[in-house]
Amino acid sequence: MRGLWSTIWNTKGVARWVLLIGVAITLVFVVFAVFAPWIAPYGFAQNSVDGTKLPKLAEPGSGYLLGTNDQFYDVFSRVVWGSRTALQVIVLSVLFAGLIGVPLGLVSGFLGGWVDRLLVFVMDAIYSFPALLLAIVFSFLLTDKVGGGVIPAALSLTAIYIPQYFRVVRNTTVSAREATYVEAARAIGAGPFTIMRKYLFSNVVQSVPVVATLNAADALGTLAALGFLGLGIQPTEAAEWGYDISRGLDDAQSGVWWPAFFPAMAIILLITALTLVGEGLNETVNPALRRRRHRRFSFPDRASEPLEASA
Amino acid sequence: MASQSGSLPRYIAVRVLLVIPLVWVLLTVVFLLLRVAPGDPVSASVGDRLSADALAERREAAGLDRSLIVQYLEYLGNVAQFDFGSTFRTNTPILSVIRDQGGATLTLTLGAFLVALLIGIPLGRLAGRFRDTAGDVAIRLYGVVSYAAPLFWVGILLVVLVNQLAPAWPTNDIASPFTKLDSADYTVTHILLIDTLLAGDTEAFVDVLQHHLLPCLTLGFLLSGVIVRLVRINVIQALQGDYVEAARARGIREGQVVRRHAFRNALVPVITVVGLQVALTLSGAVLTEKTFNWPGIGSALVKFIGERDYIAVQGLVTFFAVVVVVTSLLVDVINALVDPRVRY
Repeated sequence: MRGLWSTIWNTKGVARWVLLIGVAITLVFVVFAVFAPWIAPYGFAQNSVDGTKLPKLAEPGSGYLLGTNDQFYDVFSRVVWGSRTALQVIVLSVLFAGLIGVPLGLVSGFLGGWVDRLLVFVMDAIYSFPALLLAIVFSFLLTDKVGGGVIPAALSLTAIYIPQYFRVVRNTTVSAREATYVEAARAIGAGPFTIMRKYLFSNVVQSVPVVATLNAADALGTLAALGFLGLGIQPTEAAEWGYDISRGLDDAQSGVWWPAFFPAMAIILLITALTLVGEGLNETVNPALRRRRHRRFSFPDRASEPLEASA
Repeated sequence: MASQSGSLPRYIAVRVLLVIPLVWVLLTVVFLLLRVAPGDPVSASVGDRLSADALAERREAAGLDRSLIVQYLEYLGNVAQFDFGSTFRTNTPILSVIRDQGGATLTLTLGAFLVALLIGIPLGRLAGRFRDTAGDVAIRLYGVVSYAAPLFWVGILLVVLVNQLAPAWPTNDIASPFTKLDSADYTVTHILLIDTLLAGDTEAFVDVLQHHLLPCLTLGFLLSGVIVRLVRINVIQALQGDYVEAARARGIREGQVVRRHAFRNALVPVITVVGLQVALTLSGAVLTEKTFNWPGIGSALVKFIGERDYIAVQGLVTFFAVVVVVTSLLVDVINALVDPRVRY
């Protein structure tokens, strides 16, 4: 971890700023998500206070920061609670996909042979399939059987991203397998499991954070698309930006722009931020793309150099 | 590699043979997901409206009371004959759904590709040539935003904008109601845009063409981002080539160097990647069709999902899988014809 910090710190120019801006915007949404009950003035499905209904479609600023929507909900509260839902789904789906994809890639790359060929073939087949359609099918099944909560939504996105981890980890494993340090480990009697766990794993996971952040950005877009199609998170379970946009579309056509505009802005900002983090990480962590920052260095003053002192 | 570089027929034959296991894997995944996992499609779609006896009857009629292995083999056999099953509610063959609505999706996606290329290639070329300038940053930002903005949101922004600027411009469906009535008999190709043209009905043709503008722009916007990024990277790489250096050394002006020497070579990989965007395009088409009430197969899929019609969903998803695999095959073959370096 300390190694990662110093690499980021020592990177020059645009890449570092891209990374920092991305992290800063993402952090805002993380704060929204974690402290949602304190930041949001109302609940995610609260349309009345002490028995009196909130106004319908109130304009932004009229006592409601971002206005209210057609269901009498406060738009700002929906955006804040929506960031909690979004981050939960993103983190879970990326985590699930990594937990399945990384070990599979490691084993497949290390073992080689027909296991490897079969897995590569199946993963490529899944990867070639339209991602949204896959998510739609999974979500369709899971909403029917399990319900429309955060975990089913995360699970329906997981399958899309497994092949990407698999591919990255497998390819790095294949090249790392032949490295001298693995040969050395084998020579001192390490078994295949030990080699994978102690020698290959830490070298192979280096590329995973980049894939994970880019997938996180994609997962958010897909989640919103599912919400738009009426799948994924069901409105009774949590606030979800895609659903809010789809509800706000009819109003938007008649000039009431705010119920759909702010959730859409939240999606665009968070996806952009996550993409910036991914691109920035790629350019800082990947030594081939990194441009090192040169520390300013000034020679010691000649006069004060205690040359004579040693004599 | 050089010894094999002439064997184009062999490359194509191998590539065609590889399609069979790929389709098989995809079909198996689809079958496992949609037939094995949910249990019983009949009670899912009409269970609440029929008695137990009637349900059993429907199940038997659909062949769902047999073992899964038999159903699986039958499914594979049917797909091999291009039979994707029938919808459960109305018993319409999926193939006729595809025939009636596929044309709309086809013209939508082709139009979107056209828009994407018209926007993406010039922008990508500019960004690549003037790398690390303000213009480059702006174009790269365009690439990120086109990917980050939800497709349906972009669509509705366009609708709002057009409503303000030109209220008469159509923002919904593939044709206005009158045109639909007039063109109901034009069923030569089942592609409305071509049918109206073949029938010589210019008015209807223009109407349908006008309806295409907004959906194609929306879907094209998504794809243009991909193309911008790709063309930019390829132009940058091509500009670092020795032949570009040689061209510069001969005193050819920079604009000429970019146009004649770098740009042409940068376009070769673009063909491949554009072909591989078919999966992304189909995903985007589903969203675009829902946004604009476009009567394509994406809308049909959303409708079947709403009706819990597992058999129809299975049929359409199978069809999408076949389309993706076949287009990627075509792209590879075209690529091999164009670029001799590919045939290894």
